[in-house]
Amino acid sequence: MNRRMILQLVCYILRVEALCMLPAALISLFCREWPAAIALSGCAAGIAAVSLLSFVFRPKTRQISPKEGFVIVALCWIAVSVFGAMPFCFSGAIPSYVDALFETVSGFTTTGASILPEVEVVPKGLLYWRSFTHWLGGMGVLVFLLAIVSMGKGRNSLLHVMRAESPGPQVDKLVPRLQNSAKILYAIYIALTLAQILFLLAGGMPLFDSVCTAFGTAGTGGFGVKNDSLGSYSPYLQGVCTVFMALFGINFSVFYLLLLRQFSRVLHNQELWTYLGIMGGAIALITWNVLPRFESFGQALHHTAFQVSSIMTTTGFSTVDFNLWPTFSKVILVTLMIIGACAGSTGGGIKVARLLLILKATRRSVKRMLSPRSVAVVHMDGQRTEEDVIANTFSFLTAYFLLSAASILIVALDRFSFETSFTAVIACISNIGPGLDVVGPMGNYGGLSVLSKLVLSLDMLAGRLEIFPMLMLFIPAAWKRS
Amino acid sequence: MKIVIVGDGKVGSALTVQLAKEGHDVVVIDSNRMVLQETQQYLDVNVIHGNGALMRIQKMADVDNSDLLIAATSADETNLLCCMLARRLGCKRTIARVRNPEFSAQLYLLREDLGLNMFINPEGTTAREIYRLLQFPSFLKRDSFAKGRAEIVELEIREDSPLNGVRLIDLSKVVKVKVLVCAVVRGNEVFISNSGGFTLAAGDRISVTASSGDLAKFIRSLGIERKKIRDAMIIGGSRIAVYLAESLVQSGVKVKLIEIDEERCNELAITLPKVNVVNADGSDKNVLDSEGIAQTDAVITLTDIDEINLIISMYANFLGVYRGITKINRTEYSEVLNDKGIDCVVSPKDLCSSEILRYVRALDNRKGETMLSLHRIVDDRVEALEFRAGKDLPQLGRPLSQLHFKPNTLIACLSRRGKIIIPQGSDCIEEDDTVVVVSLSDHGVNHLGDIFAEG
Repeated sequence: MNRRMILQLVCYILRVEALCMLPAALISLFCREWPAAIALSGCAAGIAAVSLLSFVFRPKTRQISPKEGFVIVALCWIAVSVFGAMPFCFSGAIPSYVDALFETVSGFTTTGASILPEVEVVPKGLLYWRSFTHWLGGMGVLVFLLAIVSMGKGRNSLLHVMRAESPGPQVDKLVPRLQNSAKILYAIYIALTLAQILFLLAGGMPLFDSVCTAFGTAGTGGFGVKNDSLGSYSPYLQGVCTVFMALFGINFSVFYLLLLRQFSRVLHNQELWTYLGIMGGAIALITWNVLPRFESFGQALHHTAFQVSSIMTTTGFSTVDFNLWPTFSKVILVTLMIIGACAGSTGGGIKVARLLLILKATRRSVKRMLSPRSVAVVHMDGQRTEEDVIANTFSFLTAYFLLSAASILIVALDRFSFETSFTAVIACISNIGPGLDVVGPMGNYGGLSVLSKLVLSLDMLAGRLEIFPMLMLFIPAAWKRS
Repeated sequence: MKIVIVGDGKVGSALTVQLAKEGHDVVVIDSNRMVLQETQQYLDVNVIHGNGALMRIQKMADVDNSDLLIAATSADETNLLCCMLARRLGCKRTIARVRNPEFSAQLYLLREDLGLNMFINPEGTTAREIYRLLQFPSFLKRDSFAKGRAEIVELEIREDSPLNGVRLIDLSKVVKVKVLVCAVVRGNEVFISNSGGFTLAAGDRISVTASSGDLAKFIRSLGIERKKIRDAMIIGGSRIAVYLAESLVQSGVKVKLIEIDEERCNELAITLPKVNVVNADGSDKNVLDSEGIAQTDAVITLTDIDEINLIISMYANFLGVYRGITKINRTEYSEVLNDKGIDCVVSPKDLCSSEILRYVRALDNRKGETMLSLHRIVDDRVEALEFRAGKDLPQLGRPLSQLHFKPNTLIACLSRRGKIIIPQGSDCIEEDDTVVVVSLSDHGVNHLGDIFAEG
């Protein structure tokens, strides 16, 4: 275990975080929110000071192995959350530290689950910081670091880090060099975010709201700046969000292929079509189901499309209280929560790619039962999928459901309804935000006990990092010196 | 540059390591998944699993937009097919490894048709290197720079050497020619020193720069006799042995070739009529003794097994054979070979990859300063790099004594309009000079400007 290298990267990340806090502090200054401004700038300075530890303990070697990649990712995320929560706490906006931590973890993991009953009273600077955590966490804080800092010459130590942070069963670089891959990802991400801000501004949304909403959409997070999420905005603005949420749920390598004009590879991307198919199917079914509740078909379609897009990409914005919808619709939404977005996107859940893999592997097993001598490999996009990837996918699924079950058990201690406990855990582990009942789109997580909040925070981190990095922290063998 | 390497074997992986380190975008294609995983773990490159001679695979590697494709699989035909295909797809340059001597002969003719920019034959290169080494006995290694006008030689200082105990500043007086000691290996440490105060001692292995004309004088002044090699014993009838025996015989050396396989002996006897081919086990001490190993001037071990090569060379050294050259494939262990009675080691893999690297570097013209060549000396721990000074270099025209060098770097020689200058404090770099820089390998010098400290 190369502990010094781990510390080095954690310190790097903290420096990035301190830098990212400065714009928030400036906004607070501009809006004359003195406590928030002092808290934000003070925390930024404090975090920067802590990050100087990296100069005390310099790494002897920069080479790291896969297990260190996992540990680095897990520790970095915990560190940014722990330090990122401080401004909320010190400014008095969220007095309890556990609540602030929950809110920050929810931000970085792009969950969007909030404990705040009233969002509009929170200082602007802190609201900006809250939304910015979505944006940074969406593509990954370490990928951001990889994009801006050049590490080692040709030595590939940090591919493990990118693999551990980026969602999906198989993560590969877009181009040979890691730093360039990270840069391409962020370039696409920034371009899409800017496009959305422009579209929102064109629809008459104020600048601050546009930026925060775009951050929330880009990271598929879902923190709004209004109490009723996006309910009070015009149908045009809601439509823009519907489309962009769906876009941010697509694997970013698809955008890269489009840029390279490799349209045939996009056309043959099975995950993309499955994703769009599931989304279209869900919209059709729910529209049919909720039609009597709306005045016109157009309205029903508009709101259903928004809700489905929001839930499937694990964003968590809402325009209507879908908690009041019929059970059939709610079941579909919960199913979408678990499926989630595409691998390599900013969304959460178990990912469409994994669902596809599992379905294909299951079909193969059935085929083998029918004719035991048959030999078959699982193909994805015309490529053979390795057996260990399939095995890993199944273990991921097992870990995902085991962790969910254990968390539901603990959250159930709070004596809320089954619907609340179940959807609270699913909404957190899949990084969506709103669940049903008490934690529904118009509710919040404030009423849960401290223990539940901590467990859910852990679930959010585990869900965002796809469980194994967090799991690695609790395995003693991973910490052995080697 | 975007470079695709087909074949992640010995040569392929050596190239990958170096090219990735120098900041190129490297994609490696191989049909062995395990090797690829290993490569991707430790290097910042992309890997693609599959047959590199297939268009589908090459397209995945984006060969169409690449600057260079290097085909280094074990099969010549595959390599040639890879290069033809890559050229057809639009790759700018191709390099193929071609080992079969019969192929390489006709390749000069086919080069245009195949779209090859360079083809490299590891065995031929190795044989040439061994032949070159045999010209100057008692030098451990020798590299030439500036179109062969300057040389860096590595040699060991014996107890009775006139250099024993000499301070570097007095060196020119002792040997009466202008030379420069650019690196000293003492025990496990390497010293690259600009100051003249360093004192040489017995047991040091030094790398000395001299112009090619002065080299002979330098050697004479050291009292090293240049014994001409009259007979050589080659153990192992590999392809290298064929190339080497041919050139040795041509220069009038009597060659005895020991090979264990009878059929191979027959082939060798046919292709090499003037060589004394012996069918016996070259690792057998009795065989070596009865074939007269003690009386030969040079023993060259070329079997496929490193361990056997090493043990035979050590035995030859023990018997006091004038010159021994050992071929080894696994260079990772070369540091344990010091002081073990191993004079001189050649590695086909390294020779081949450094030849390709030199080509790549010459292509990669950045900042107006071209790196012309790179040589690894002192067991790869020191690099000797040849640059052309661009007109933007801020240090132009200033005496070297006023420049601040980074530690462990120095300028070994300058070549100005074909004249070699062994630099002193008063010399300065001028535009278009060829500058040979010596630096520790891990410094990662890529430009001439990299050797100067700021200020």
